[in-house]
Amino acid sequence: MLYIKCPHCGLRPQTEFSYGGDATVKRPELNKEVSDQEWDNFVYLRKSPRGKHLELWQHISGCRQWIKVERDTLTHEIFTTLKANENL
Amino acid sequence: MSENFRLEKGGLINRNRKISFTFNGKKYFGYEGDTLASALLANGVHLVGRSFKYHRPRGFFGAGVDEPYAIVQMNRNNEVDPNVRATEQELFEGLEAKSVNCWPNVNFDIGAINNFLNKFFPAGFYYKTFMWPKSFWYKIYEPIIRKAAGFGAASIKHDKERYEHKYEYCDLLIVGTGPSGLASAYAAAKNGAKIILAEDKSRYGGSLLTSEVTIGNQSGQDWAEQIISELKSMPNVILKNRSQVFGYYDHNMLVMSERVSDHLPKTDKYTPKQRLWYIRAKEAVISCGSIERPLVFGNNDTPGVMLSSAAKEYLKVYGVLVGKKPIIFTNNDSGYETAIEFKKNGVDPIVLDTRKDANSEIIKEAKELNINIKFSYVVVAAKGYKKVNSADIAKISDDKKVISNIENIKCDCICVSGFWTPTIHLASQSGNKTKFNKEIDAFVPSHSKQKEVTLGSANGVFTLEETLKTSFEKGSELSKQITNKENKVPIPTVVEKKSSKHDKFWCVPLPEGKNYKRFLDFQNDVAVADIQLALREGYRSIEHVKRYTTLGMATDQGKTSNLNGLQLVSEVENKVVPQVGHTTFRPPYTPVSIGAIVGREVGKHSKPTRKSPMHHWHEKNNAVFVDAGVWLRPRYYKRGNENLFEASKREAKNVRQNVGVCDVTTLGKIDIKGPDVAEFLNRVYTNAWLKLPVGKARYGVMLREDGIVMDDGTTTRISENHYHMTTTTAQAANVLSHLEYYLQLVWPELNVNVVSSTEQWAGAAIAGPKSRDVLQKLFPDLNVSNEGLPFMGYKEGNLFGVYAKIFRISFSGELAYEVNVESGHGNFMWEKIMEIGKEFNIQPYGTEALSTLRIEMGHVAGSELDGRTIPYDNSLEGLVSKKKDFIGKRSLSKKAYVAADRQKVVGIVPLDKKTSIPEGSYIVKDPKAKLPNPKLGHVSASCWSVEYDNPFSLAIIKDGKNMIGQKLYALSPLRNKSIPVEIVSSHYVDPKGERVRS
Repeated sequence: MLYIKCPHCGLRPQTEFSYGGDATVKRPELNKEVSDQEWDNFVYLRKSPRGKHLELWQHISGCRQWIKVERDTLTHEIFTTLKANENL
Repeated sequence: MSENFRLEKGGLINRNRKISFTFNGKKYFGYEGDTLASALLANGVHLVGRSFKYHRPRGFFGAGVDEPYAIVQMNRNNEVDPNVRATEQELFEGLEAKSVNCWPNVNFDIGAINNFLNKFFPAGFYYKTFMWPKSFWYKIYEPIIRKAAGFGAASIKHDKERYEHKYEYCDLLIVGTGPSGLASAYAAAKNGAKIILAEDKSRYGGSLLTSEVTIGNQSGQDWAEQIISELKSMPNVILKNRSQVFGYYDHNMLVMSERVSDHLPKTDKYTPKQRLWYIRAKEAVISCGSIERPLVFGNNDTPGVMLSSAAKEYLKVYGVLVGKKPIIFTNNDSGYETAIEFKKNGVDPIVLDTRKDANSEIIKEAKELNINIKFSYVVVAAKGYKKVNSADIAKISDDKKVISNIENIKCDCICVSGFWTPTIHLASQSGNKTKFNKEIDAFVPSHSKQKEVTLGSANGVFTLEETLKTSFEKGSELSKQITNKENKVPIPTVVEKKSSKHDKFWCVPLPEGKNYKRFLDFQNDVAVADIQLALREGYRSIEHVKRYTTLGMATDQGKTSNLNGLQLVSEVENKVVPQVGHTTFRPPYTPVSIGAIVGREVGKHSKPTRKSPMHHWHEKNNAVFVDAGVWLRPRYYKRGNENLFEASKREAKNVRQNVGVCDVTTLGKIDIKGPDVAEFLNRVYTNAWLKLPVGKARYGVMLREDGIVMDDGTTTRISENHYHMTTTTAQAANVLSHLEYYLQLVWPELNVNVVSSTEQWAGAAIAGPKSRDVLQKLFPDLNVSNEGLPFMGYKEGNLFGVYAKIFRISFSGELAYEVNVESGHGNFMWEKIMEIGKEFNIQPYGTEALSTLRIEMGHVAGSELDGRTIPYDNSLEGLVSKKKDFIGKRSLSKKAYVAADRQKVVGIVPLDKKTSIPEGSYIVKDPKAKLPNPKLGHVSASCWSVEYDNPFSLAIIKDGKNMIGQKLYALSPLRNKSIPVEIVSSHYVDPKGERVRS
């Protein structure tokens, strides 16, 4: 079980969090024309990297904040955690 | 067999307490402090089971967790406990155990014929033999193999025992209480670190319990006792015996199973049988020691052949002689320790040392005790079937290839020592890449990946002096980094006997003309010839060899077999062991009972149960409950002998004719505040929200980004910047997360706050033509007329002194209101509604009637919003704004979503107006078409229409828009039904929606 440092609450067990996928995906702006390809990329297509991955987690059983976690998908090592409005 | 092998004195058992127990129906006696193994050995019982594949007689090989075959079936507390290691099971009064894997009994086992047919059971036998014909596998081969193979039989009853989980955090988790564990724990505890010290046996001390050493001015055992009692008195130390740390997981999470009551005849009512500890340790100290390695020779699985360290432990801890005519077969000095113990207790051993010559303090001592030592000698084969009665021994050449001078000597046990294997399982599980240490012919941990350090013999350090020194230092260093405190403890002086070098020899060659089975893996019956065969057949990777031959599998996990297997593979392959590498160690190190893993979360405790504040009233009024997510909701209220169908029909009818009340507390509720709420809702919902006035509710549909409907519900504007959102019961948590996602990550510029208020409000839906009358009496001061409180209107009221929110919204399609009060007043509200509604013939209705009402009205719900449908499919396209953008809008223009024959929800009525259509039925054109019959769609929800008194269903079918009036068939192959149906509008009752506005 992972041990995730919530930037708001501190180190908490994984069971308090839920996983939210790739944190680098940017939603196209509202009312902006986007091609089918761009939209499909946003909705469906995700990388599955072996190694470092910046991903979203939500501290659902804690402060309910969405946070960013940089994790190694192979070793589960967590390098850093960020608040929603912070970037690497 | 009843011969007494117990010494007059000695050992750590309590000779003042005699304990009786039965094994295979026969009564025996032992002492408090015995294990089942030591007590049986004291009674001269060596035959405990039959082997996995060949059903060969098997006895005891080890004295603890390393035991590969003394596995028994226990009866305890009227429960069956399978696969218990006799070497770990402590004796208690009345213990009942029996042998496994034998029929009719362990002395005469029919399956033993396999042993004589063993030529036909080579490695990979099952893979090769049972391939054809394929159809035979399930019916014939597998059942027979299942019966013949395997160990104990699990109980088929529900396990009544109690198991617990515990979460603990500590600075240092120290695994094992031998010298390295005690020294590091002591040093760390003195530095103020919070410590958990775990021992898998009942007695602390590890190797100190059986070794002849002096620490400071005490014996090793006394020193251990003193350290333990000091640690026990320290508040920062948790000391746990009978506790096996079996798994090393991510981020220094280690899991330990504590056998709380397994050593007692019965579990106390409130004491668990076992407890699983999830331990998050800042540092893990692995000090779990090493396991003696077997030497491989002919018939080395015969009962009476065992590890020399086990024989020593039975002597020194339990006062039991494993034999009175022992052969000690060794390639190192450890065997001499056992020999000397025998000699001291009046038994004359013969030592066969594979080395040509060796000199050390301990060998000198053995010589001085006149122990018969034969250098360059080996055991070629053990003789005897159910028990060793003699051994063929021989001289071995200097190059270890040729044996000569074979002679047979009488003996009753053969104690083997092939040097030591560090227990690296935990370190390896942590991700530590182990390295091969040539000095000791074994793998040891190298670079730590996690916060982990291995000390003592687990790290390949076999001298006590060095072990204690490094352990004291490491314990102090690690704890100092955490506590910033240092209380230096002096490292005691050690007196121990220096060992001479061990011999790398491990496997005795077969004498000419003999093909004795020489076992590597005792638990899985893997012999030298099996591995050789696997290699001849082309298996190269050690992982493949393992799977093909079963070497190192099952509950044993190769504790005694691993290295010998690797040595063999490397010899045959002409490689060195590190090139072959070892198989991956995976948790658990020892078997963990399923009960302990599950813990308390069994049966109805497997998920939380949420109840509304009115639950008690429902119970009192004969409600039959149904699980709705984690909630319990009344399904119907039983009157007399009514069944579900009759009761729900009565309740639904009463709503259509008079008035009903339904507990809607379970609906998800989200309180939303902030100046930008309208803008936010406008982006979240598919319809327009910017102009919703205060005091008005609106129905909304929200999508996922892929265009699929996520949820629906109403949101009410309570005041300028305050909204109240409702969600479906099932989606409440997901919707909240969804909203938080967009507010925190996508549109942080919006000034909006959301919080769940589901549990803060109790809700009652009052529905039916007479609902206004009830409402008026509940709130006499309020104008609840169609003008005063119109459809989708909202008012706050005073319900006999209780603040209430009143929403004029309807799920049933009737004139209806939802009244919310704070949860604490829920029951008060409910009773008031029932009291006042009496004169209007009010009846409570459950989820079944609720479904009937919504289905015949054509209101879509969870069974249509099933994560596969878009708004159009649910006839919700009218709620999709063309003007504004919202979550998921872009996806709705996908080709499939705008196809002319896109699926749509329709109503379905059976032509005979009698046959109910099972939910999940397929809609097809031709019921007799060739399979797979082209499917037009499926039935999503069915009810008995109370309005028309015939069955009615909703279905989502292809081109639903143009199918109205068509005659089709509903097929339910599961129920073997084919029902002719007519497609009608999904709005079966009140299609214009006049009632809700009346």
